[in-house]
Amino acid sequence: MRRREFLTLSAASVGGVLVYSLGGEVSRLSARADQSIRIPLRFFSEAEALIVAAAASQIFPSDETGPGAREAAVAVYIDRQLAGPWGRDRHRYTQEPFDEAAPPEFGYQGSATPQQIYRQGLKELKGFDRLGFDEQAQKLKQIEATLFFSLLRQNTIEGMFCDPIHGGNAGMLGWQLIGFPGPRMSNYDDVDKHYGEAFRPKPTSLQQMSGHKVRPSEDEE
Amino acid sequence: MKSLPPVDVVIVGGGWTGLLMAKELGSRTSLSVVVLERGGPRKTEDYGADMDELDYAVRLHMMQDASQETVTLRHDTTQRAFPLRQHGSFFAGAGVGGAGEHWNGVFPRVLPDCFEVLSRSTQKYGAERLPEDHAMQDWGITYDELEPHYARAEALLGISGKAGNIRGRLIEGGNIFEGWRSAEFPTPPTKIPYCSVLFRDAAKGLGYHPYPVPAATVSQVYTNPDGVARAGCTYCGFCERFGCMIGAKAQPTNTLLPVIQKHKNVSIRTGAWVRRIVHDSAPKGGRARGVTYIDAKGEEFFQPAELIFLASWTLNNTRLLLLSGIGEPYRADSGKGTLGRNLTHQVFFSAATAFFEKPLNRFMGAGAAGSRISDLDGDVFDHSQLNFLRGGTLEVLSLGYRPIANFGVVPQTVKTKWGSEWKKAALRYYDSTASIIFSGEHLAYKGNCMDLDPTYKDHFNDPLLRLTLDWRENERRMAGFVTAKAVEIARAMGAKEVTPFSGLRSYDATRYQSTHVQGGAIMGSSPETSVVNPYLQHWDASNLFVLGASSFPQNASANPTSTILALTCRTADAVVDRYLKNPGALA
Repeated sequence: MRRREFLTLSAASVGGVLVYSLGGEVSRLSARADQSIRIPLRFFSEAEALIVAAAASQIFPSDETGPGAREAAVAVYIDRQLAGPWGRDRHRYTQEPFDEAAPPEFGYQGSATPQQIYRQGLKELKGFDRLGFDEQAQKLKQIEATLFFSLLRQNTIEGMFCDPIHGGNAGMLGWQLIGFPGPRMSNYDDVDKHYGEAFRPKPTSLQQMSGHKVRPSEDEE
Repeated sequence: MKSLPPVDVVIVGGGWTGLLMAKELGSRTSLSVVVLERGGPRKTEDYGADMDELDYAVRLHMMQDASQETVTLRHDTTQRAFPLRQHGSFFAGAGVGGAGEHWNGVFPRVLPDCFEVLSRSTQKYGAERLPEDHAMQDWGITYDELEPHYARAEALLGISGKAGNIRGRLIEGGNIFEGWRSAEFPTPPTKIPYCSVLFRDAAKGLGYHPYPVPAATVSQVYTNPDGVARAGCTYCGFCERFGCMIGAKAQPTNTLLPVIQKHKNVSIRTGAWVRRIVHDSAPKGGRARGVTYIDAKGEEFFQPAELIFLASWTLNNTRLLLLSGIGEPYRADSGKGTLGRNLTHQVFFSAATAFFEKPLNRFMGAGAAGSRISDLDGDVFDHSQLNFLRGGTLEVLSLGYRPIANFGVVPQTVKTKWGSEWKKAALRYYDSTASIIFSGEHLAYKGNCMDLDPTYKDHFNDPLLRLTLDWRENERRMAGFVTAKAVEIARAMGAKEVTPFSGLRSYDATRYQSTHVQGGAIMGSSPETSVVNPYLQHWDASNLFVLGASSFPQNASANPTSTILALTCRTADAVVDRYLKNPGALA
């Protein structure tokens, strides 16, 4: 059995970051300054998780427009997805014959699962997290056309904006960045008001809204 | 295989059509009715914690499990087909309520002339203007015959909207191009969120006739003729791909199931996967005897029945008939046979993506809250000087803006798809982007059809259904024409930048383009060119009815559920009032 692997998140304080939000006005993100936390990994090794965290941070950087993939814990999200039914192709049709060279309008026709695509892709990125920021960007440009990169990009967006039950969007940072309030029982009184003006209710997560624990699909057997 | 005690009626599929027929027969007769649904049970309380975009809208929690069964696709008969390994261009539902649970609730009627599209088009433009290779035909029923049933379906669901034509009197603010209505909508239009207001006002300014989208997400508390009460919509924005947590969106489970549950003569068996319709093989005057199914534990049963309704969605209706050997399979090369012909998929795309300076608050909305125009629909506009036939609707729906699905859409001037520059633009435009959606007619062609795949199988080792489907010049030209119109509207809405649709090329199985896949077991006035008669009764077996959009000879621009339910109401009347008294062919 492999040794239990952890990812240590040294979540930088984002409490003081100013964000230029949608109306152009400056707002302050409300996330608190988290301490470092050690998160047990389900699929990645620690080395792999560090590479994924660095690459996701290139795709969705932490910069003057606000926090990014690192603060939202996107790598944790991706780790859980890969360990769950999606990573194992539990619901994909996997009968042969496969065809890696099929035209793109038929969707991916190869045999590799997301787990295999990541594991292979990460081999090509050995030491990536130790490169300088610009070197990392150069390296990702070289693999931009690969299936691995398109999955990584898609998964990064998912990890930024999913409900926090899935491990990403920590502190609902992603939702605060775009002014998305998460699930709300009613917008009845507001849907035909605020025309042309930003209406930004405070975000709530699914668990906060429903008042009970919600089991995400990646935790299913 | 265990043989079960016979029942009067078996209904295959527990979605909109199957449960509507079960409700009608349960309420109006004392027949014993069994609904066989291969998915699991569902109820409104299940949706209390479903507002999770990732599991429901990205991982597609409510759809069929593609690992068990999918379809294969090729663009023409010379190619080999590939399986759709994961859901893409359409989403087949599973479980009680079927796709009727996770739909948006857009509920327009089909334009009157669509029902006679072949004769009307030929009459007006001449046979030489019809596309080469077309397989257009009339439906064998007229709009006037169907109107009372549309009204019934709308009353059942409580549809919100504004009539544009009541018995020939045109009404400003409604759709003045629609067929006549016997009465106003059951409930007033939904509220219109901001970006749809921008569309409405811009379209009006350009001389079009915008109207509120007819919506099954009801605008206020509504009690239907069966006494079923539903809440008014709260515009939470979680309709498409989700079940409604308060029951405001009409779904089979909140509209039909409460009535069905009162009738002891109707039962629903979930986890029952129907594999064959058992029948006596006489080609004409044949008879279905029952169905075989496998239950959740893997045990196979034979359920005998006097009357069988196939109500398992467009594609599975056709597949079950093919697997059961009922009817003559269509062959694209010779044009012989009827089963599997006239496969169509609504022509559906974002004709213009508009980028604004101001925020739109797009998280608020409902699946069918929006504004639409029909000025470019059907034959509403003259095609004499155009190089295509027919048309469709343009609309801005405010159906709730999901961040994973929509983040990252940026104007064409932004050349990167990741990194700081992209992030900045994506944040800037996230809530300032609106799409003008086109929903258009797809004509039937001889080469677009279905049969059984020779290679790929489902988890019971039955062949998958094979789709042969591609666009033709008529759709490509129509797309180009409406894209230019949509760009004009987007500019008039005040958009700073507009991205036009890039054009229809080959049918792309990875781009979601509505679940409005139709045809295969089409209706018509002759057994030579159709599978079922205008009462949806199989020409070759009078005790077998095939319900759903599998019966549509071509794809109207209108979303199909209203017409599917109207046709099912009409069939229910014919069965109860005529067939049960004198079993046999109704047409």
